[in-house]
Amino acid sequence: MIVLEGVTKSYEKGLPALSNMDLKIEDGEFVFVVGASGSGKSTFIKLLLKEIEPTEGRILIDNQDLTKIKRRNVPIFRRKLGVVFQDFRLLKDRTVYENVAFAQRVIERPNRVIKRNVPEVLTLMGLANKYKSLPKELSGGEQQRVALARALVNKPSILLADEPTGNLDPKNSIEIMRLLDEINARGTTVVVVTHNREIVNAMRKRVVRLRKGVIMSDEKEGVYVED
Amino acid sequence: MFSFASIATMAACIFMFGLFFSIVMNFTYMLKSIETNVGVTVFFEEGLDQASIDMIGQQIAGRSEVKTMNYVSADEAWASFSEKYFEGNEAAAEGFRNNKDNPLANSAHYEVFVNKIEEQGNLVQYINSLDGVRKVEQAQQATATLSNMNKLIALVSIVIILILLAVSIFLISNTVSVGISVRKEEIAIMKYIGATNLFVRLPFVLEGIIIGLIGAAIPLVALYFLYQKAVEYIMERFSIINQYVSGLLPVNSVFAVLIPVGLILGMGIGFIGSIFTIRKHLKV
Repeated sequence: MIVLEGVTKSYEKGLPALSNMDLKIEDGEFVFVVGASGSGKSTFIKLLLKEIEPTEGRILIDNQDLTKIKRRNVPIFRRKLGVVFQDFRLLKDRTVYENVAFAQRVIERPNRVIKRNVPEVLTLMGLANKYKSLPKELSGGEQQRVALARALVNKPSILLADEPTGNLDPKNSIEIMRLLDEINARGTTVVVVTHNREIVNAMRKRVVRLRKGVIMSDEKEGVYVED
Repeated sequence: MFSFASIATMAACIFMFGLFFSIVMNFTYMLKSIETNVGVTVFFEEGLDQASIDMIGQQIAGRSEVKTMNYVSADEAWASFSEKYFEGNEAAAEGFRNNKDNPLANSAHYEVFVNKIEEQGNLVQYINSLDGVRKVEQAQQATATLSNMNKLIALVSIVIILILLAVSIFLISNTVSVGISVRKEEIAIMKYIGATNLFVRLPFVLEGIIIGLIGAAIPLVALYFLYQKAVEYIMERFSIINQYVSGLLPVNSVFAVLIPVGLILGMGIGFIGSIFTIRKHLKV
C-alpha cells in the first residue's frame, strides 16, 4: 500500500512542486497519475523512489515510512519497486537476456535462479525469441517490453511507470498497457504517470489528476480531463 | 585506453619510487657501515693502574649507546704502529724506539663504537666526566656530517614519496572518474533496481587496485634486473666502494623489502584513488 500524508515538496525557486498531497493506493490497484507538464508528476515518482525527500509530510510504502529509511537501506527498499521510464534506459551494449539478467545480478541472485527467472519473464513479455538481440535491433515497443521484463524479474510488489508510452506509437502503447494490465491482474500494484489521453480513456482505471502540485480529481474509473 | 595510460604513468611512478628506494637503502647501508667504523678513543691519565682502567671500561660498557668496545694496551698500540709504519724495516723501528721500552707507553686506550652516530656526543660527554680519563678523541666532523646526511636523506625521501603518491592518486582518480562517467547510465539503472553501495562501488575499487597492482609489478620486475646489472657494473668499475664501505646491498636483500612495499603501495594508491573518486562522484 502507498500512502502520502500532507506531502509537500518545494524546490529552491517558485511554487511547491507538490502541495499538501494526501493519497492512498491500495495493494493490487491500478492507478493513472495524469497532468500537464509542471503538474508535479515527476516529483511524485521521484518521491516514491526516495530519490528526493519531501519538504513536509510523510510517505508510507507497505507501512514503511520513507523519511525514516537510512541512506544505506535505500537499495533494499527499492527492491520492492519495479520502474520503467519513457526512454527505456536499457544497456545498449548488452543483449535482451543480459539486460534482464542484470537486474537479478544487481540484487545478487545466484546464476541458477537467473537462468530460470529470465526466460520466464521474457516469455511473459512475448520476447522469448529475441533474447539474443541488442536493444538497437528492437522496435520501441519491444525495447519497452524489455524494460518491463527487467522491472518485473525481481518480482516487485509495486510497479512505477513514468510515461511508459511517451516514445511509442498507438499500437505499441496499447500493447504495453495490455501487459501492465496483465501484470496488475497477477497482483502487482501498478502506478502509471502519463499524459496520454487515449490510453487513460481506453483503460478506465482509477485516475488521479494533478495540476500545479495539487490533486484536482481522483476518480475510480476515470477519464483524462484536460486542464 | 585510458587505463593503459594510467598503468603506464603508475609504472613510471613506482619505478621512480623503486629506484629511489634502492638508492636510499644502499646509502643508509653505506652510512651504517661507515658509522660503525667511526669510533671514540678514550685515553687514560698517565700511570693509571690497570684496575682503574678496567673500572672505566666497565662504566663505559654499561652505557646503552655502546655497541662494541675493545681495549688496546700500550704494547698492542706500539705493535700496531710499528707494523703499520716500519714493516720490514726493523732498524728504523729500533731507532724510533730510542732505547725506550715502549715509546707509546701512555697510549693504552679503549676504542668505543656507538649504536647510532647521533648518540656519540652524549657518550663523549659522559666519558669525559669519568675519573682517570685524560682525553677522548672523536671524529667530530665525520659524525656530524654523517648524522646530517642521514637526516637529509630521510627528509628528501619523504618529500619525493609524498609527491609521487599525490601524482599517482590523481591519475587513478582520473581513470576512475572517466569510468564512472562512461557507465553513468548503468549506475543509474543499478540504483533504481536496488543495488547496494558496495555492489556499485566494488568494480571501480577493483579497477583501481588492479591498475595499481599491474602498474607496480611491471617496474618492479624491470628494476630487479636493472639493479642486478647496476651492482655488477659499479662493483667492477668502482672498487673503492668495497674498500671503504662494505660494498652494495645484494639484489635479494633490497627486493625482499621492495617487492612487498611496491605492490602494497601500488594497491594502496589504487584503492585510495578509487575510493576518493567514488565518494566524490557516486552519490549512491
